[in-house]
Amino acid sequence: MPTDHLNGHAPRPVLEMRGISKTFPGVRALRDVSLTLYPGEVHSLMGENGAGKSTLMKILSGAYTADEGGEIRIDGQPVVIDGPLSSKALGVAVIYQELTLCASLTVAENIYLGRELRSGGRIDRRAMEAGCADILTRLGASFGPRTLVGDLSIAERQLVEIARAIHANARILVMDEPTTPLSSRETDRLFELIRQLRADGLAIVYVSHRMAEIYELSDRVSVLRDGGYVGTLDRADLSAESLVQMMVGRDLSGFYKKDHGAYEPGHVVMAVRDMRDGKRVRGCGFDLHAGEVLGIAGLVGAGRTELARLIFGADERTGGELVVDGVPIRLKTPLDAIRAGVVYLTEDRKGRGLFLDMSVRDNINVCACSDDARTGGVLNVAKARDRAAAAIRDLAIRVPDSRVNVGALSGGNQQKVLLSRLLEIKPRVLILDEPTRGVDIGAKSEIYRIINDLAKRGVGVIVISSELPEIVGTADRVLVMREGELVGELGGYTGTPITQEAIIELATGATPQTLPRAA
Amino acid sequence: MEKTMSNAPATPAPSTLAGSPRAAVQPTSRERFQSLMRTVGMLPVLILLAAGFGILAEGFFTAQNLSIVAQQASINIVLAAGMTFVILTAGIDLSVGAILAAAAVVSVMSSTLPGGGILGIAAGLAVGLAFGLVNGSLVAFAKLPPFIVTLGALTAVRGIARLLGNDQTVFNPDLPFAFIGNDNLLGVPWLVWIAGAVIAGSWFILRRTVLGLHIYSVGSNPEAARLSGIKVWKVLLFVYAMSGLLAGLGAVMTSARLLAANGLQLGQSYELDAIAAVILGGTSFVGGVGSILGTLIGALIIAVLTNGLVLLGVSDIWQYIIKGLVIIGAVALDRYRQSGART
Repeated sequence: MPTDHLNGHAPRPVLEMRGISKTFPGVRALRDVSLTLYPGEVHSLMGENGAGKSTLMKILSGAYTADEGGEIRIDGQPVVIDGPLSSKALGVAVIYQELTLCASLTVAENIYLGRELRSGGRIDRRAMEAGCADILTRLGASFGPRTLVGDLSIAERQLVEIARAIHANARILVMDEPTTPLSSRETDRLFELIRQLRADGLAIVYVSHRMAEIYELSDRVSVLRDGGYVGTLDRADLSAESLVQMMVGRDLSGFYKKDHGAYEPGHVVMAVRDMRDGKRVRGCGFDLHAGEVLGIAGLVGAGRTELARLIFGADERTGGELVVDGVPIRLKTPLDAIRAGVVYLTEDRKGRGLFLDMSVRDNINVCACSDDARTGGVLNVAKARDRAAAAIRDLAIRVPDSRVNVGALSGGNQQKVLLSRLLEIKPRVLILDEPTRGVDIGAKSEIYRIINDLAKRGVGVIVISSELPEIVGTADRVLVMREGELVGELGGYTGTPITQEAIIELATGATPQTLPRAA
Repeated sequence: MEKTMSNAPATPAPSTLAGSPRAAVQPTSRERFQSLMRTVGMLPVLILLAAGFGILAEGFFTAQNLSIVAQQASINIVLAAGMTFVILTAGIDLSVGAILAAAAVVSVMSSTLPGGGILGIAAGLAVGLAFGLVNGSLVAFAKLPPFIVTLGALTAVRGIARLLGNDQTVFNPDLPFAFIGNDNLLGVPWLVWIAGAVIAGSWFILRRTVLGLHIYSVGSNPEAARLSGIKVWKVLLFVYAMSGLLAGLGAVMTSARLLAANGLQLGQSYELDAIAAVILGGTSFVGGVGSILGTLIGALIIAVLTNGLVLLGVSDIWQYIIKGLVIIGAVALDRYRQSGART
């Protein structure tokens, strides 16, 4: 950690994290990361999805415990953070994206949650309401302490969270993407508040993907990449170019398999027209060609998964049309999409994909078995066995017997089981949402091979991924999504090459015209 | 971001397992033992209980007594089979006892009409099926919690049962289908034949049909089932209809035995015995895991326990206490046995 940025700050940092590492079974999420925080500064934390920002903040908040060897100092004193309580006691407060308030309680009850005032064994609501009225006024709240939190807007709830943190004497405030759910006016108001808190001497860690916000707020910016610390920039040295460069900088291109030649797409196999859900997806339309791998890139929260689920009929849409091979689809449920030959691989393999306590064989056959069945819906057991055996062979799933529970397999093998379930439907369009998340390198490369083979056979493949090298390495053409809209196209016939830098610029809105005035 | 990272520790594996994938999936001897135990389920408990009563209670292992045990178990087996379908989808049907009462009242009353036996049987089955379909619709379409729906049905249908019989016991001493409750076929009571057929049919549906696979899928992961194109509503409607229909069959069996039906008393707390049989059989309350053969063994454990305690002259009060403790103990044993087997 460079020391020259002490200039202009109070000499003593409120927080020093040094040499912090965190290992999960099989995954090194953080290695040797440092972060220094001074009172009265807004310190932004940037990095690609999965760079380790949240892990670092979870260590600070006590949700995770760091590996041995690192050091955390608060006010110069070494401290041990072994749980959320000790973190709170040290003055750390975290405002998560998903707010943690109780909707059925009042503002005052939420602010005093866990520290309720009592008088004679009974809860003393009046004292609690009086005790937090001050802070609410100071933060400019338009509601009183007796309001039910359930009646407040998201922005107002955020304010309650901040009030709770300040009321508990927090000195380090971590905000994880606080503006995602806010309108632009609410965002302005939040920024006002953040500046006020900074003037009061709070140290604020601001985690965000949005370049414009980073510019507007930050005194300093630290960048993480692949779990490692890349560097810290002072406000004076801040530029979109340098930040993007710090965030990217990996080369795995040789690892991907894209050998289906020049871009020669077939007919339009699927046309998506003006898909919208009234919330996260605001009118997206594109064509997908047979034999093409179309990447959809964007930051987490940009609406990529939501768009895919709309196309698949998994969520209700407020508008939009799906045309497969020239035929408009009456799309109400996933079954309608499946019948049209459109299948979707969920990003949430365990939660929404697999039947964990069922066998590999049943998991592979659950969709295809209806077509194999004899009269009266009687299972064709022999066919199911052969189908599973063939899938296990073709996708190189490592399992001794297809009757083993799928829950016992490794992430990569589970993913291949889920993928083969979809492939057994013989899809014309395959939408893969984070196809290699939590998958080992070997399985990853096999999944890339499968994607490549499918495209060669004329299937239209959509790859949604937060891993930029994966998008760059697999896709023939890339659409970039930001805040529910498709904001740009790379590759294909556009003439713009697909690069990580170009994707990040589109995804964060870091193009010059969108950069705001200085704070 | 939040989501991305919190997933990371939940899906470990990669590098560590990649090197030795076979080691990761090859069952150890302990796992093999656990797998064996899961397959045989509660059978050892049943055998131990039977052996114990065989030693302690005179006349337990006589042909006559075993036939009584089987007959006593038969109605619970039929109800528990329906309950197995429901619990496999992570649901519950608390209304089977009440449905049995209503169906029995209708069955006995309509058996006195011209048309005779077939009409009585059909009416009992139809009433059961109808109530089951109502439960199923409320769960599948109105998306109400199964516990609430069937708790309401438990009370409401009990009231309907009393209403139907004018709050009196209805008799038919010349019940045309009385043979079901009292006669044998090839030396085996009709009740036992029926229970056996229900178990066989249920096994076939669950293990050999697309519908059965879908029932397990919906119970294991309803969202994944929906995304796989399974019509979840169809599955839910089916399992509650099935449970109702089997309660109707239970009603026919009961009234054939008693030649009478009482809307107030008949089938009281039968749902609890059915649930106990399913749970003893190793079917998971959270859905997706379980077997009909386990349910059969569970129902037999309850029947053997009841019969054995009666033979030993244990008082009614102590029978209740012992039965309750055995259920808790058996399930605790099951949990202990399976701990570590699941990821």
